[in-house]
Amino acid sequence: MSSVTENKYEIISEKKLQKRKDAQKVKDRIISIFIGLFALVWLFPIAWTLFSSLRPYKDVRANGIFSFPNTLNFDNYFEAIRRMELPQYFWNTIAITVPAVFLILLLGSLMAFVVTRYSFKFNVALLLLFTAGNLLPAQLVFIPVFKMYLAIGDLVGDRRFLYDSPLGVILIHVAFQMGFATFVLSSYMKTIPKEISESAQVDGASVFTHYFRVMLPLLRPPLASLGVLMTTWIYNDFFWALVLMSTDSKRPITSALGRLQGEFVTDYNLLAAGAMIAAIPTLLVFFVLRKQFVSGLTLGSTKG
Amino acid sequence: MSTTATNQKTARRRRTFSGRDKATLGFFIGIPTFLHVALVWFPAVATIFLSFTYWTGIHISDIQWAGTANYENIFFNTPVFWDALRVNVVWLLWFGFIATPLGILLAYQIDREIRGHKFYQTAYYLPVVLSLAVIGIIWNFLLRPDGFINGALGLPISEAISFFGDDRYNLWVILIMASWRHIGYIMLLYLAGLKAIDATLREAASIDGATEWKTFLQVIFPAMGPVNIIVIVITIIESLRAFDMIYIIYGGTGGLPILGVLVFQNIAGEGASMKGAAYAVILFLLSIVPIIAYLRQQFREDAK
Repeated sequence: MSSVTENKYEIISEKKLQKRKDAQKVKDRIISIFIGLFALVWLFPIAWTLFSSLRPYKDVRANGIFSFPNTLNFDNYFEAIRRMELPQYFWNTIAITVPAVFLILLLGSLMAFVVTRYSFKFNVALLLLFTAGNLLPAQLVFIPVFKMYLAIGDLVGDRRFLYDSPLGVILIHVAFQMGFATFVLSSYMKTIPKEISESAQVDGASVFTHYFRVMLPLLRPPLASLGVLMTTWIYNDFFWALVLMSTDSKRPITSALGRLQGEFVTDYNLLAAGAMIAAIPTLLVFFVLRKQFVSGLTLGSTKG
Repeated sequence: MSTTATNQKTARRRRTFSGRDKATLGFFIGIPTFLHVALVWFPAVATIFLSFTYWTGIHISDIQWAGTANYENIFFNTPVFWDALRVNVVWLLWFGFIATPLGILLAYQIDREIRGHKFYQTAYYLPVVLSLAVIGIIWNFLLRPDGFINGALGLPISEAISFFGDDRYNLWVILIMASWRHIGYIMLLYLAGLKAIDATLREAASIDGATEWKTFLQVIFPAMGPVNIIVIVITIIESLRAFDMIYIIYGGTGGLPILGVLVFQNIAGEGASMKGAAYAVILFLLSIVPIIAYLRQQFREDAK
């Protein structure tokens, strides 16, 4: 008797469960459609810019922005490269980004190496100093940095030694982002067994060898992620180059876009092409190096 | 015999460093620390000091003590400060109650692998890699008087809505632009956290007959403790620093008042008063709580 009721109960609950599952499936379908529509809206601004960049200006002027395009080509891109002097700005960007990322990774990993592999009293304090420094608002340091750059310039006899020079922009990026790199790399290094270091030390390796021969090869994965993330950040930053440089032709591409936007405001399609070109390196990161970018981003924020 | 001798030798070496190793370690820590302190912490402290002075910014000897005059001026004689603070608060509320929760829900749905989740993830992640300079231009194509939205509304240029110029619209338009990037960013962070959660937790909940909403609120959300804190902190810090986007739209003058921009307006305009420094300090004080929350979260293990 009791077993029968139990069975009945089970059957009912299974039916209920099935019903609930079906309901959930319908709900999921609706959610999926909703998120999908939303995603199309999300992509629209970029799609529209891409579309505008491929249309000749004449075509738009004659038929309006909503007309069906007669021709789509890359003419605007070639013209943008020529008239906006984009190669020059790209070169400026490279001259800032490459050295800055290299120094951030080198100095950040050195710092993390010493802090996690050698026990000094002030290890945690040092790490805290670096991590907190990375979180300070740029506005808080800007005025003195600006004055210091000018003063150091006077001291060495070249006003443009740091101010209005790529070197100054590189150094401020390194000073700030090193904190993030140190933090991320040190939490990664903590997961590397201590025995590896110990055996290196027993073998009589110097600190120098220990770092370059033993630790650095093990750090390749986080260095790759961090490198991609830092390249994207520094490439995208326009703030420091804007406030610490006064000569427009020395500025990196993202800082220059602001001026170009004013200059070519009537040339809708040319500007669209310029913006798309400036976005290409980051789109490359998006399509090709996505894994590194995401893991770099999350290494620092979701420890454990 | 000889082995014990070398053992003793290595034991000694492990405790005391050779002179060369000491020098190496000194360099390894010294260079990054010097750079970081000289370009981040020293200027930060200097800005706090300068906020209590009058200074034309040319000679150090010109610095005059001003007491709290700059702050009094800001609090009692600068209505735009309160406008800016209001904008920052609205920004924070928008991010806190709309953009961030949307990012979290999106991450949750995508993590459940609903249909098309790979495409959705890609779509929402795309704006995260773009520079704000590029984002400014992209949205301007939609919003300018001869842009897509005015065109779609059928408004001729003479009657077009000035989305950035009209006080009725500008804040909301800019918040939507900012969310375009923020939602994807939060989604990425949260998604990484969700991946780390034990899948059996969710299965157990669904077997128990919990609805998706309940599963999320009662099972997933509490299990995401550390990530939640990071997301909250990032939301607050980003809302306070909201600067780049305003800068790229309005070029640093006028437009929507916001704390981060006031710092710069007061460097160029009223340099003699160091009011800009005072604004920077106010910004810093407001962001100190989330900074400490972040550090506490990240250093919890180290402190033990």
